[in-house]
Amino acid sequence: MDFRFSIIVEYAPFFLKGVLWTIGLSLVGIFFGTILGLAIGLGKMVQNRLVRLPFDWYVHFFRGTPLFVQILLIHFGVMPIFTAQPNPLVSGAISLSLNAAAYIAEIFRAGIQSIDRGQMEAARSLGMTHVQAMRYIILPQAIKRMIPPLGNEFIVLIKDSSLAAIIAAPELMYWGRAMQGQYYRVWEPYLTVALIYLVLTLSLSKLLHRLERRYDA
Amino acid sequence: MIQVTNLKKSFGSLQVLKGIDVHIHEKEVVVVIGPSGSGKSTFLRCLNLLEDFDEGDIVVDGFHLKDPKTDLNKVREEVGMVFQRFNLFPHMTVLDNITLAPMKVRKWSKEKATEKAMQLLAKVGLQDKAHVYPDSLSGGQAQRVAIARALAMEPKVMLFDEPTSALDPEMVGEVLAVMKQLAKEGMTMVVVTHEMGFAREVGDRVLFMDGGVIVEEGTPQQIFDTPQHERTKSFLSKVL
Repeated sequence: MDFRFSIIVEYAPFFLKGVLWTIGLSLVGIFFGTILGLAIGLGKMVQNRLVRLPFDWYVHFFRGTPLFVQILLIHFGVMPIFTAQPNPLVSGAISLSLNAAAYIAEIFRAGIQSIDRGQMEAARSLGMTHVQAMRYIILPQAIKRMIPPLGNEFIVLIKDSSLAAIIAAPELMYWGRAMQGQYYRVWEPYLTVALIYLVLTLSLSKLLHRLERRYDA
Repeated sequence: MIQVTNLKKSFGSLQVLKGIDVHIHEKEVVVVIGPSGSGKSTFLRCLNLLEDFDEGDIVVDGFHLKDPKTDLNKVREEVGMVFQRFNLFPHMTVLDNITLAPMKVRKWSKEKATEKAMQLLAKVGLQDKAHVYPDSLSGGQAQRVAIARALAMEPKVMLFDEPTSALDPEMVGEVLAVMKQLAKEGMTMVVVTHEMGFAREVGDRVLFMDGGVIVEEGTPQQIFDTPQHERTKSFLSKVL
């Protein structure tokens, strides 16, 4: 098998640009997905069923349909309502954030609800307000339990950002496909792209592992 | 100190409290006994509104619990509670468990809260455990820390919800000893327990609950030696 390193070198500047967009998309997705996920997670814990309903269905929809479909819907369906020329990077970032929020909402809810009820009762029986009990007793314990599944979700998010290639967002996978189309080669573009994703996800998982250990101490 | 009038409470269609009337006086030790499912724990948890109730009224230290103007957090500052399963905060040291509420709720300085905590730890015989985490404590030690934590708020009343039921038998004594000491010092206490020896020795008054009502109440002598009701007799014959 001949493996043409020369075309990889030729595409290196594009891969570099692409990887920066991939990192950017992922960071935006992690950031807004976390904020939105926290809000939706809180909404899902409301006692009133009617208030809870839209939050429940948000999670049902974004977890129950493929991200691929969501990206197409948002880029070609939703975004044109607001702008004549939707930017694929913006559409990709929005899709990733909305999708991640659904998973992160569940992680928050599960983390908080996994804390024994007695903890809240003990805190309230000492005269603490609900907010104080959350802040000093429940969240510190819940966050520790949320780190591993959150890390998992962030890794999935990096990989899923590759789906934005379908709407021509110039991230890493987009350039892999471009290279494939130009040279009709399979191994060089896709192996290179795979390797770069692997480096990204391994770095993140290393980082998260450290964080976990620090919280354990 | 605590006035309970016609207290009723249901879980769904199951009525667990069917009208409780009781007046708990200052410095009184009231022991609540009865079979499981009699509503005694629910009754106790209503006293600081950890459990909401449907009908009736509870007045604690002059505060009507159901009055929307009552600040429940203020009431709870005055009502300490000790749980069956201790409910210590596992992410904090013993000392931090005790000082947290006085500092955050009572707004004490760290020095004042620490001093108080160390006094209380000495009182329950655990000064040397101040800086360890709860998971390294035995059940008896954990429950004594939980008592110290509740006392740190300097409450006017202490509620005990089966404080020795989750303990190995050899550790029951050390927890009861702390509670006896507390009773001797004049703390107002409401104790739900299966420890009949404790009820007889320390209780000023014993309430026997069954089926969501107080079937019989009286001094320990009256309840244990000359019970009037069939249900009381039958319960006592099983546990004594």
